[in-house]
Amino acid sequence: MRLIGQAILLALTMQLTVSAFADDAEDNDIYAEFLEDGNPAEFSEINGEELWKTKAGPNNVSLEQCDLGKGPGVVEGAYVELPRYFSDVNKVMDLEQRLIHCRMTLQGLTQEEATKQPFSKPGKASDIEPLVAYITAASKGMKMAVKLEHPMEKEAYEIGKKLFFHRAGSHDFGCVTCHSADNKRIRLQNLPNLLDKKQAQKVYATWPAYRLSQGEVRSMQHRLRSCIRQQRFPNPKYASDAITALTMYLAKSADGAVYAAPAIKR
Amino acid sequence: MAKPMRIRAKLKGDHVEAKILIQHDMETGLRKGSDGAKIPAHFIKTLTVKYEDKVVLDTVMGIAVSKDPFLSFKFKGGEKGGKLTVTWVDNSGDTRTDTTAVK
Repeated sequence: MRLIGQAILLALTMQLTVSAFADDAEDNDIYAEFLEDGNPAEFSEINGEELWKTKAGPNNVSLEQCDLGKGPGVVEGAYVELPRYFSDVNKVMDLEQRLIHCRMTLQGLTQEEATKQPFSKPGKASDIEPLVAYITAASKGMKMAVKLEHPMEKEAYEIGKKLFFHRAGSHDFGCVTCHSADNKRIRLQNLPNLLDKKQAQKVYATWPAYRLSQGEVRSMQHRLRSCIRQQRFPNPKYASDAITALTMYLAKSADGAVYAAPAIKR
Repeated sequence: MAKPMRIRAKLKGDHVEAKILIQHDMETGLRKGSDGAKIPAHFIKTLTVKYEDKVVLDTVMGIAVSKDPFLSFKFKGGEKGGKLTVTWVDNSGDTRTDTTAVK
């Protein structure tokens, strides 16, 4: 009798668990919708605009003449076409690499100075994160349109794709381990299947994002760095070409998505 | 150095829905920095919302409230164009007041 009781209880618990899983994605959507009204990334965007227009560095100039790919000083729509090939450096760059480039060439900072604090820490804010928030916000509502025309852009895409599928390390892990199947999650965090175009679009178009758990706007570099840490790989160098290549692959996977970042996430 | 808030107030039927987004570090005083030293507590203690001259919300906040707090509430008796004033005071004595009109 007791055994049957236990079995029923077990069945009940299982059913409850199953329905909890089913509601999960929906609940997360409601949560996200509620938060959209109060996204502190707005403040980052304002701070970033100020930083963009403030004279700084040994040369005492602002970043307003920085060429993000659409001509010097054009911020609107720049992010949806990044990463891209820049002929002045003969390289494919993502937004953050380009920002470093501008801070070095325009403002006269050294590489060390320009990459000194890419991510905010408690009590120590980064300049780069607000700048990224400002620049990405200027592409809101536009469609992701990475060109992939130049041979070096194509090369970056192929390298990025390889990196995505590359499994290695102590756990034989790769991006693909978590992001190649539908309806997977880590704890309460849904894992998008990045091989599915719709899911790839939804995710890419909402990064960078204000992360409630960290209280900061986090850039794509930060996001991918976290992914790589979770794969038990060594920390990548900030603004390395490998991260740009991976970003290129993801950006192209999200082609056509209506850009809606900086968003707000857990 | 108090930073501006973002306040939205909208008339919805018989009530006004107010949404307030505040920029504040809300440090608990319990966290440690990378040097191992405690980061000093810095948080909002009180927040008051007035509609015209009448207090419609009076709150006591503490360290359990998140960084960059977002506050949403409803009240009756508001009209379009009415003035909503939000004021907070933090534990360092810093204060900030912002105003918006009901839409």
